[in-house]
Amino acid sequence: MPQEEHSAYAYLRHTKKFPNVWCSGCGIGVVMGALIRAVDRMGLSKDDVAVVSGIGCTGRMPVYLDFNTMHTTHGRALAFATGLKLAQPRLKVIVVMGDGDALAIGGNHFIHAARRNIDLTAIIVNNSTYGMTGGQYSPTTPLDLRATTAPYGNIEQPFPVCDLAIAAGASFVARSTVYHAVELDRYIEQAIRKNGFSLVEAVSYCHTTFGRINKLGAAVQMMRQLKDNSVTRTAADKLTSDERAIKIVRGIFCDADKPEYTALYEQVIERAQASVGSNQRVAGGI
Amino acid sequence: MTVKLMQGNEAVAWGALAADCRFFGGYPITPSTEIAEMLSRELPKVGGKFIQMEDEIASLAACIGASVGGLKSMTATSGPGFSLMQEHIGYAAMTEVPCVIVDVQRLGPSTGQPTSPSQGDVMQARWGTHGDHPIIALSPTSVRQAFDLTVAAFNFSERYRTPVILLLDEVIGHMREKVELPDFESVERVERVTTSVPPEWYKPYGDSPSDVPPMSNFGAGYRYHVTGLLHDVAGYPTQRIDEIDPWVERVNRKIERNVGDIVMVEEDNAAARTVVVTYGASARSARHAVKLARQRRCKVGMVTLLTIWPFAEDVIARVSRTAKRIIVPEMNLGQLALEVERVAGRNKVVRVNRANGEMVTPQMILNAIEGK
Repeated sequence: MPQEEHSAYAYLRHTKKFPNVWCSGCGIGVVMGALIRAVDRMGLSKDDVAVVSGIGCTGRMPVYLDFNTMHTTHGRALAFATGLKLAQPRLKVIVVMGDGDALAIGGNHFIHAARRNIDLTAIIVNNSTYGMTGGQYSPTTPLDLRATTAPYGNIEQPFPVCDLAIAAGASFVARSTVYHAVELDRYIEQAIRKNGFSLVEAVSYCHTTFGRINKLGAAVQMMRQLKDNSVTRTAADKLTSDERAIKIVRGIFCDADKPEYTALYEQVIERAQASVGSNQRVAGGI
Repeated sequence: MTVKLMQGNEAVAWGALAADCRFFGGYPITPSTEIAEMLSRELPKVGGKFIQMEDEIASLAACIGASVGGLKSMTATSGPGFSLMQEHIGYAAMTEVPCVIVDVQRLGPSTGQPTSPSQGDVMQARWGTHGDHPIIALSPTSVRQAFDLTVAAFNFSERYRTPVILLLDEVIGHMREKVELPDFESVERVERVTTSVPPEWYKPYGDSPSDVPPMSNFGAGYRYHVTGLLHDVAGYPTQRIDEIDPWVERVNRKIERNVGDIVMVEEDNAAARTVVVTYGASARSARHAVKLARQRRCKVGMVTLLTIWPFAEDVIARVSRTAKRIIVPEMNLGQLALEVERVAGRNKVVRVNRANGEMVTPQMILNAIEGK
């Protein structure tokens, strides 16, 4: 009996790229799988998809994917993606980032990409730490938990990632976890379909560094905690605010229709070209 | 041919349009802002894209992204923004993505004196980003040259798949001159070499007789990987020294072997015993000083470097064989002079420096010529 080919197989680069850099049990692979399943379900041509990343564990994702891929600098993926999207508006541009990447060094680019409402799909794999450098505290590390640079407990308030994206102007904002892979597939697909800036926060974990420092268990235990500690938005509405504060709330938090940047820029081009006739300034001469 | 009174920054914007620039990502900063303002008006008329990014880091990132998407791209800034752009000058060098970075130099360090000229970014243009990498930097001495060298900057960046820096100074950027610009259609334009091999054969960083591998734009059907990590011929990260060494050698060689094409100098009696070697706005003072010296029957030559990097080693070596003294005026404490000294020897070089926001005057250079 012929072996059935895995659905992700056609989307992976098989030359020289595997095994991947991630630790056994890491949640990033689940997000990569969800991204592939979303693209597959939409029937997009691989030539029409670009995946852009920054630096860190999640930043390594694009190299495994058989799309137009760009592994950029720490925090700047959205800025590169903005230029690429403006140059090639027909491309579906998906930007994968970690929490430190997107929200610390890249925080400025994140809020401005959301504010412009440019049609990019941002996926933040939030493991609440800098995994690749060994477990330092990040902008999403919960209060009081420890990190290699917070040996006495973290005293910085974590960013509420989805709230930040909504306040900054994103069109579509959703959160799920790497335990809820089917839900994650669906959110990523909706995010790619959305014409505007969209964010999917994929809550993950780092058992190798952050989990070990805080004695949160191995990958399986940390995955189970995502299941036990998360609730849907509907269920969360029935909880008191104290109860809700310690839960990961999953769901779609924003799905708005707003003018998209590259479409607005096409209008700028139309206006500019209409002005050429009136003031005699034409390309090719002054 | 059109005759018009315009400033250097305007000429840069027209030069970019003549070279088929179709993307500008920038951030406002004195004294370069006019370039952004003009291109925000002119680019959409030709179907190009302008975006004002959130900072200079993002500006160059957007340019590189747009260039990978197939548009000729440029940004413009001044010292403080140029410092922020160093990160992505390195990325563009590493990934071999064409782009043009205009730096209208102002007095530094830090915020310095935003409206005063300087030539203080010569070494930053060469070594501002970390690691060994080749770079091309051009510096005009007039408004017309600002146009021509902008076109040249685009052509070099596309021909050699490299970031190119256009070093203006505040004087050239803001000075108005009557210029005759050529018809844009008559301007020589270089397009990047793309590929037509079957996609599975395409090697974005492969060996090529020119040492410049063909570049496919994203979306053209050649799916490949771009990374700031050291990479193999397919673009995938590597730690193997047998893949890193060839990359380092090729990327540096692609510029070194073409210095004859890239290095542009203007020579005027360069075999004289006293030669002034200069660039940018300082060349204007030098020109006047040389004229005055010749009126006093003093034999003096002048070499103006339009290409700052790669450094015109062969020209300076030739000059130093006949010259007893080489005078290097510049609006800094001696940056290009370091290179001239390296080639000609310290004992021949006379530095004429000013780093207070004022130009080096013709009198200062004349005094040096006359040995005062």
